[in-house]
Amino acid sequence: MTTRPPANEPPPLEIHDLTVSYDRRPVLYGVDLEIPRGQLVGIIGPNGAGKSTLIKAVMGILPVSGGWVRIFGRPAARELRRVGYMPQRESVDWDFPVSVLDVVLMGRYGRLGWLRRPSRADRDAARSALDRVRMLPYAERQIGNLSGGQQQRVFLARALAQESDLYFMDEPFAGVDAVTEAAIIEILHELRSAGKTLLVVHHDLPTARKYFDMLVLLNMRVIAVGPTEQVFTYPLLQKTYGGRLTILSEVADAVGTSS
Amino acid sequence: MSRLDLIPAFSVDRVFIEPWRDHADTFFWIALMGFFVTTACGLVGTFLVWRRMALVGDAISHSILPGIVIAFFLAQTRATTPLFIGALVAAGLTVWCIEAIHHHSRIKPDAALGIVFSSFFAVGIILLTLFADSVDLDADCVLFGEIGFLPLEDPVVLGGLFLGPLPLVRMGAVLVGILLLLALVYRPLVLASFDPGLARILGFGPRGINFGLMAVLAITVVSAFESVGAILVVAMLIFPPATGSLLSDRMPVILAGNALVAAVSALGGLHLAIWLEASIAACMVCVAGAVFGLAWLLSPRRGLLRRRPPLSIPFSDPTATPTETTRPS
Repeated sequence: MTTRPPANEPPPLEIHDLTVSYDRRPVLYGVDLEIPRGQLVGIIGPNGAGKSTLIKAVMGILPVSGGWVRIFGRPAARELRRVGYMPQRESVDWDFPVSVLDVVLMGRYGRLGWLRRPSRADRDAARSALDRVRMLPYAERQIGNLSGGQQQRVFLARALAQESDLYFMDEPFAGVDAVTEAAIIEILHELRSAGKTLLVVHHDLPTARKYFDMLVLLNMRVIAVGPTEQVFTYPLLQKTYGGRLTILSEVADAVGTSS
Repeated sequence: MSRLDLIPAFSVDRVFIEPWRDHADTFFWIALMGFFVTTACGLVGTFLVWRRMALVGDAISHSILPGIVIAFFLAQTRATTPLFIGALVAAGLTVWCIEAIHHHSRIKPDAALGIVFSSFFAVGIILLTLFADSVDLDADCVLFGEIGFLPLEDPVVLGGLFLGPLPLVRMGAVLVGILLLLALVYRPLVLASFDPGLARILGFGPRGINFGLMAVLAITVVSAFESVGAILVVAMLIFPPATGSLLSDRMPVILAGNALVAAVSALGGLHLAIWLEASIAACMVCVAGAVFGLAWLLSPRRGLLRRRPPLSIPFSDPTATPTETTRPS
């Protein structure tokens, strides 16, 4: 099971009073979070709640207008290389002339720096990551010749090849079939068991309850954060999603079926 | 005069044999220059095309005009160094202005690009008129260039070894520089072009890479300028990589393919120009365009005339070995 962290180790992720604005309009404000090691954390909230914005701001892809982020106790910008990232599938051009193996090898570039070429060990790491998501037979294919679920697996393999201690994943289950979803969640659980910390943007409430150890309920600010069984409650979800009827009935179902 | 007289008569002797028998020296340098320009532009253009920035080359080639005119005016010389500096400053300013407008307003990048380069170009034309008496710079030459009028009388001799006429050596040096840079930072460049978010996390600042690419683009465009002019250089940036991208799924193959397209269009364009007694640069661009058209029609995998049903990919069984490989070997 979960390996015990040394008592004095700083938390993998600490966010204090983070504020992010688009065009001077705040989309996230006053976000305070501290995520302990070895947790699989779901970030849940309605559309436009700032879920993707939160992880992009933490990684410096979007500019922040206030607050700070620490990764393993140090300013985020210096520790970003220790972060594995799985972006949304739509964020890249799948016509781009690179092969599946090329993309997974990109996960190794952080440790190679500007000038070094990938070694045999890097190639082996990339191949074993591909094997882990069962995509090794596709290694030489151009990435456009893949189904949506296969593309998502390639991105997961690339994150695995980064061999990080902290992972951010943006909607890894979006548009994938049930087989792929099960395969991905299995790997996420393995990573968590190996002591890694994972933050996953997720929008499906019924599965959120099953998949994650901890939940962050987000709607422009943090509504609640804590162990899933404590925060996955009707009042808190209602507060997160506002009064939206369709979602609330979904929530009622989700809460109802499991209690 | 009948309409047929407009097109000069074709004769194998006049178009293909005579030039190499009587003027081999001149035509060799012109063809080589066309090859250098097209290959260098194609290498840079490959990344522009895949980053969806193809028209940034267009913008830069136009907006360096005021930089060149001011540099000519201040230095009062045709020497290349001040011209280069002026053009680079103007190119840097262009990129900065596009980014500034895009980031600090709701104007999207394509509109910002249109605003910036046309304003710069307009200022350049005004300056050209104002300084017409003191600047020996011909507007036609800036716009269209002419590879046939390259000054070939200025030889570069290094340690007793004749390297070639000055413009050739300069363009060759730019090409070698681009090749060296590519060999050094190929991987980070591909990463930043494919996934800027990951590039940023892994410590390859995509803005820095973008700026570096723009600097190389500016140097390439300025060097290509006197041969092909501001308008046709855009074709050299886009046609070779666009052709390669239709024929291959591999970045290294697309990059190498630029040289092939360059060789075909340089030689083909030269002979077409001799036949038609027309602008050599324009003929080279036409041949490059024809090569692209052929690739578009006949590409073995994505050609218009060879369109097959899309690959069927086993969806539920990801462990199955891929059964069909249509990649040309």
